[in-house]
Amino acid sequence: MTLRALAAAALAVLMLTGPAMADDLRGTGDLGLIVEREAGSLLVVDRSERAAIGRIEGLGDLSHASLVYSPDERFAFVFGRDGGLSKVDLLTQSVVNRVIQGGNSIGGAISDDGRLVAVSNYEPGGVKVFDADTLALVADIPMGSKTVGIADVPGSRFVVATWDTGEVWLLDHSADPANPEITRLEGIGANPYDALLTGDGRTYIVGLFGEKGLTAVDLWQDPPQATRFLPDYGRDQPDMPVYKMPHLQGWTLADGVYALPAVGLHQLLWVDAATLAETGRTELAGQPVFALARPDKREVWVNFAPPDNDKVQIIDVMTRKVTRTLTPGKGVLHMEFAPRGREVWLSVRDENRVEIRDARSHEVLAEIEARAPSGIFFTDRAHRMGL
Amino acid sequence: MTETRTLLAVCLVALVPGWPAAAMSGDATAIPEARADELRHMVRQDCGSCHGLRMTGGLGAAITPEDLADRDPQDLAGLILDGIPGTAMPPWRPLLTEDEALWIADYLLEGDEK
Repeated sequence: MTLRALAAAALAVLMLTGPAMADDLRGTGDLGLIVEREAGSLLVVDRSERAAIGRIEGLGDLSHASLVYSPDERFAFVFGRDGGLSKVDLLTQSVVNRVIQGGNSIGGAISDDGRLVAVSNYEPGGVKVFDADTLALVADIPMGSKTVGIADVPGSRFVVATWDTGEVWLLDHSADPANPEITRLEGIGANPYDALLTGDGRTYIVGLFGEKGLTAVDLWQDPPQATRFLPDYGRDQPDMPVYKMPHLQGWTLADGVYALPAVGLHQLLWVDAATLAETGRTELAGQPVFALARPDKREVWVNFAPPDNDKVQIIDVMTRKVTRTLTPGKGVLHMEFAPRGREVWLSVRDENRVEIRDARSHEVLAEIEARAPSGIFFTDRAHRMGL
Repeated sequence: MTETRTLLAVCLVALVPGWPAAAMSGDATAIPEARADELRHMVRQDCGSCHGLRMTGGLGAAITPEDLADRDPQDLAGLILDGIPGTAMPPWRPLLTEDEALWIADYLLEGDEK
């Protein structure tokens, strides 16, 4: 009797502790972080549960904040407007390290080996590179200009464009991380406002604000070759005011074409990726900000600058027509697709919520409360070049 | 209506020489409180896209009260309405009345006290 009771008790303990331990372990592959820009916090979200599972606070001024992930998808490096570089742990949901590295930063990148984190600064203009483990400064590269569009290039390299001087700098940290070999391309064009690296790591595309057109830099060439394209788009039309700069990260390469947000025109520009020739335009509801391909590349989803930032338009890549205009709510700042494209998460800043929609039926599946949410970053970015 | 308001505001200022610019911002007769809330939001969020949520600068210049010290509110309102050609500062005239631009200029000069 006593033995039986003991055995039962032991079994009960086993049953209780067994599952509890399993619950304590978890992967991070379906997690993500959502920037709460005003509150200076990050919401930790679980894609599978479609829910927030925690909040990390104390990250400073997160206006225009972005982040990159460590290769193990456990840590994120957060770039704040106040020059703060923070390393956060998704599992313990805490800030593990934080340095104020500059006066005004705009974004960053992580090297392909996960060892270096580069921060792009407006003030002082240039790039600083840090050790991903300790956040100790490894290299400081002043560029005499605001820097934009930093991305990682295969081989412990980073590429960045300069707003004031119209250059592209390629930093190669492979031989000596503290003393990168610098390749400087001048005459890229007036006022690069953002740039992106294609998913294969070969082409760096720079958007220009100060003149019409864009520049593609072929990083496979040595030295890299810059080519202007679309030099005349919209020259025959008066520019409309740009109330928010387009973002090029996530610029689409779909079906052999780039779908690019025009600057000063309410249009999406279609460009043949091989020849860089314009192949068409799609009229949109406003100044596009992000033009993102659904991961299967069949649709492009576009959000807008004020005063049209309550809308999202969906464009069919085959017909290049707008198939649907959604109005998720005021201040749709960002969209992030689940890696295989099943769902899309949209931040609706002014309504303090994130909306989760089926990426095919476009139905709302769930909503998550968030404080003035902006960027949404799923951990699969850890394994994508240029992100 | 807008012109009348502007006129009224101008007259009020003219009537009280040396009236500090800050005093104008509380001018509830010009901007209804609900609209003022919208404008505050717009400054933080939309101006903040370039100037930073805390107006400490970004692609655009820093526009905190310290940075704007000695700037004339009418001049600032003009910059807001017409933008600065050749730069990324767009004209906000399509979205704002002149009174609203002046209200924003004062709001920037005073800083966010709310």
